[in-house]
Amino acid sequence: MIDSASLLAVVPELILTVGGLALMLVAAFGGDGSARIVNWLSVIVLAIAGVSLSCSLAHGPNAFDGLYRADAFSAFAKALIYGAAAAAILLAPRFFSVGGNPRPEYPVLILFAAIGMGMMVSAGDMLTLYVGLEMNSLASYVLASFMRQDVRSSEAGLKYFVLGSLASGILLYGISLLYGFTGSTAFDGISVALGDGVSKGELFGLVFVLAGLAFKISAVPFHMWTPDVYEGAPTPVTTFFASAPKVAAIGLTVRVAIEALGPAGLDWQQIVIFVALASILFGAVAAIGQTNIKRLMAYSSINNVGFALIGLAAGTPAGAAATMSYMAIYVIMTIGGFACILQLRDADGKPVEEIAKLAGLSQSRKGLAAALAIFMFSMAGIPPLFGFWAKFLVFDAAVASGLTALAAFGIAMSVIGAFYYLKIIKTMYFDEPVATYEAKGGPVENIILTACAVVIVLGYLLNPMLDQASAAAAASLF
Amino acid sequence: MDGFPILSLMMAVPMAGAIACLFAGANNARWIALIATLVDFVLGIVLWMNFDQGGLQWQFQEYAPIFGRFAWALGIDGIALMLIALTVFLMPICIGASWNAINKRVGEYMAAFLFMEVLMIGVFTAQDLYLFYIMFEAGLIPMYLIIGIWGGADRIYASYKFFLYTLFGSVLMLIAMMWMVHEAGSTEIPVLMAYNFDPHVQTWLFLAFFASFAVKMPMWPVHTWLPDAHVQAPTAGSVILAGVLLKMGGYGFIRFSLPMFPEASAQLAPLVWGLSMVAVVYTSLVALVQSDMKKLIAYSSVAHMAIVTIGLFAFNQAGIEGAMMVMLGHGLVAGALFLCVGVVYDRLHTREINRYGGLSINMPRYAVLFLFFTMASVGLPGTSNFVGEFLSLMGVYQASSWVALVCTTGIILGAAYMLYLYRRICYGDQVNADAAAMPDLSIREFWLMAPIAAVVLWMGVYPESFLAPMRSDIQALEARLAPAAPAGDSKIKMGAPKPKSEGHHEEASAHGEAH
Repeated sequence: MIDSASLLAVVPELILTVGGLALMLVAAFGGDGSARIVNWLSVIVLAIAGVSLSCSLAHGPNAFDGLYRADAFSAFAKALIYGAAAAAILLAPRFFSVGGNPRPEYPVLILFAAIGMGMMVSAGDMLTLYVGLEMNSLASYVLASFMRQDVRSSEAGLKYFVLGSLASGILLYGISLLYGFTGSTAFDGISVALGDGVSKGELFGLVFVLAGLAFKISAVPFHMWTPDVYEGAPTPVTTFFASAPKVAAIGLTVRVAIEALGPAGLDWQQIVIFVALASILFGAVAAIGQTNIKRLMAYSSINNVGFALIGLAAGTPAGAAATMSYMAIYVIMTIGGFACILQLRDADGKPVEEIAKLAGLSQSRKGLAAALAIFMFSMAGIPPLFGFWAKFLVFDAAVASGLTALAAFGIAMSVIGAFYYLKIIKTMYFDEPVATYEAKGGPVENIILTACAVVIVLGYLLNPMLDQASAAAAASLF
Repeated sequence: MDGFPILSLMMAVPMAGAIACLFAGANNARWIALIATLVDFVLGIVLWMNFDQGGLQWQFQEYAPIFGRFAWALGIDGIALMLIALTVFLMPICIGASWNAINKRVGEYMAAFLFMEVLMIGVFTAQDLYLFYIMFEAGLIPMYLIIGIWGGADRIYASYKFFLYTLFGSVLMLIAMMWMVHEAGSTEIPVLMAYNFDPHVQTWLFLAFFASFAVKMPMWPVHTWLPDAHVQAPTAGSVILAGVLLKMGGYGFIRFSLPMFPEASAQLAPLVWGLSMVAVVYTSLVALVQSDMKKLIAYSSVAHMAIVTIGLFAFNQAGIEGAMMVMLGHGLVAGALFLCVGVVYDRLHTREINRYGGLSINMPRYAVLFLFFTMASVGLPGTSNFVGEFLSLMGVYQASSWVALVCTTGIILGAAYMLYLYRRICYGDQVNADAAAMPDLSIREFWLMAPIAAVVLWMGVYPESFLAPMRSDIQALEARLAPAAPAGDSKIKMGAPKPKSEGHHEEASAHGEAH
């Protein structure tokens, strides 16, 4: 039965749904000419949805008999998701306007994806989880192949769709096993059933669910779609893929691992540790040979997911908080980084993706090169930039829960990762210029870029706030 | 000075200068950088004047818990004061040394240097473990850019090697720091310095810190990044690298490894001694066969830094005081020697030793100053390095006479390679016409080196000025180490006086009366 408290708890999703549908009509009747207005309206819709999180929080934590959670954790994740989605919308017009007119479906699709992502992080039941995940995925498949005339883009969309369906199948199979052996699809029901020991069947279910989720967060060994999709998808879409869905999928994984599979902690901890270390190592080593900056960012995202999972591996509230803080900082770095990449346009306005062509950027575009260098040093985890703090938090959580060896191994491998970030800085700063670039970026791009860079440089001042928010988010899971 | 945040101000001035330099033109950037570093130098003098020698251990403390899990906590003792003084003294000289040598991207260069100064002062003043780590690691960024952008031909390899070597050394230290903070429940360095960690864990913690400081120091066999970095870095980069950055390793030992893990330090002292002995003999021999001036001085740095570690791990006051004096003296002398190399490099653009020769004929002022610094590097009495090396070796003699014996050969070898270098450059015939045509020191160059020479002399003649501020801190450290200090092998045993015959005694007293 639907009560008003439940409806008030899902108000952000309602706003997004109504907004998305209305804007779809605008797009349908207005045609391509309406792209600009639809862009801005969708950002406004996302902002309103963000503000409405407080209303949702006030009527939580459970809605629809536990199918949906409106707690501090989902609010934290949704704030990040909406912010990242808005940035992905704002960064897009310049890119799409090069090969023709920007199309208004793009922001609408992102709005629908945002609804799905919101469902993912708010799921209290395996079915809500699956519906949210598919809603996000369907929008994402379309977004990946958004440049219909570009072969790479179509290929990316198809690849993403095929492999994504496979992962959904694996996930569903795991859910069905868990349902069969525990008799429930609700997270708390599964948790209760697992409390009296983990049976073989439950263990299989757990492994399949985690495998399906590992695909969505692109963790090794389920990462293989990432580089191709990131490279092929239009750059604003890649920006989106690397930020918002990552937060949603990691948030979902954390919630499932702790709320549903909490009693089987020792079982999934091994899996998470393996996946984390494998992602860090593979993401770092495979990135070294890349020549395309988008592909490099794909491996970088695999690498980063590995670090984020170290917090989950700790299995403590501090660990979950660290993972969410990591994602918050990661999203800022990623959006900033992609905002730089989007500005890499040659004199004709064509996007540049070759790393070798970045040579001497520090002389032709001083500010842009400085910003990209800040994001790269930050991703490499070099203090005093904020990216260091993200890594610090997850390793600190691991050390606190006694996983000192994991922390030592992980941080040692972060040095390998530092190498390829340094390579980009080296190319921009030490090499002689080879390519000419468009003189300056658009105002919106520059604002986003500057804002991200400022946060990355002065982020430590936000620490008390971030600590408090992520601790509250994590506390609502335990 | 009560409550006035002079340490924060000393970091704010160069920081503001760095930001200003980024937006300034070449010439303005030079002046901004010079003024900012000179202001910091004046602040450094004010700091020293107001430092209460033998007073509270930690002075000028500041505390602002603005970062959540760690705080902006600053404060210095005498040891940090001396290293800060070294930093602010060398910085204006570095800026001056780059005045004409750097002519591309000057604003960024000066900004990198000023940012470096902020971080160096931060390292020596941080009283919070994580703040220290952030400052310690952040130094990689400006140094990477300085070597990579303004360095020599092989700069890219050198910059990578520098960055990755030091980063890899440091990350394990971070894990150890986290463990310590969870164990002791505080991030404050003074608290941790007094905390007694379980001796079994200490070994691991010590090794994690050792990985970082040994690379930074650098100790044999992880010293190989240093010659590359020195050779490729611009002159001022080498000066600051040899002058201050290497001292961070020694400072790390003195501030963290020794007081926080006294048992592990004692247990692993033979390891440190062994590595230092190898370093003294081996790198001195390597220095002897170098054909590149900067490389030679870089290897000599490794040998001198080994004397520092020897002194620190002597576990007594003489040794630790000596180590500090070697650090200060080497900071000045190695810096000055790199400036000497820079002077001729700016004229002939080569560091090959055999491209020079007979410079004392056409560059007499240069030859005199170069000779003075050569002698100081050798450890001639009356110069700073003599005091430090003598105290270090005296200290280690009490701990292990064999170590003292082997390390003392370093002084002889040091004399060999430095005098050999000097002979090839300044004496002999003027075989190269272009080298013979080089003009003597300009006024700017002279005034860059003269202050260093004066301080080297001061430190050699009256070292008490520099030892006095550190004495009580080193005494406190020695007291902390005393229970764990290994027994020395050269304890002098007082023999019982021989029983003397009665008659002989009377004879002697009779003699006395007769006088």
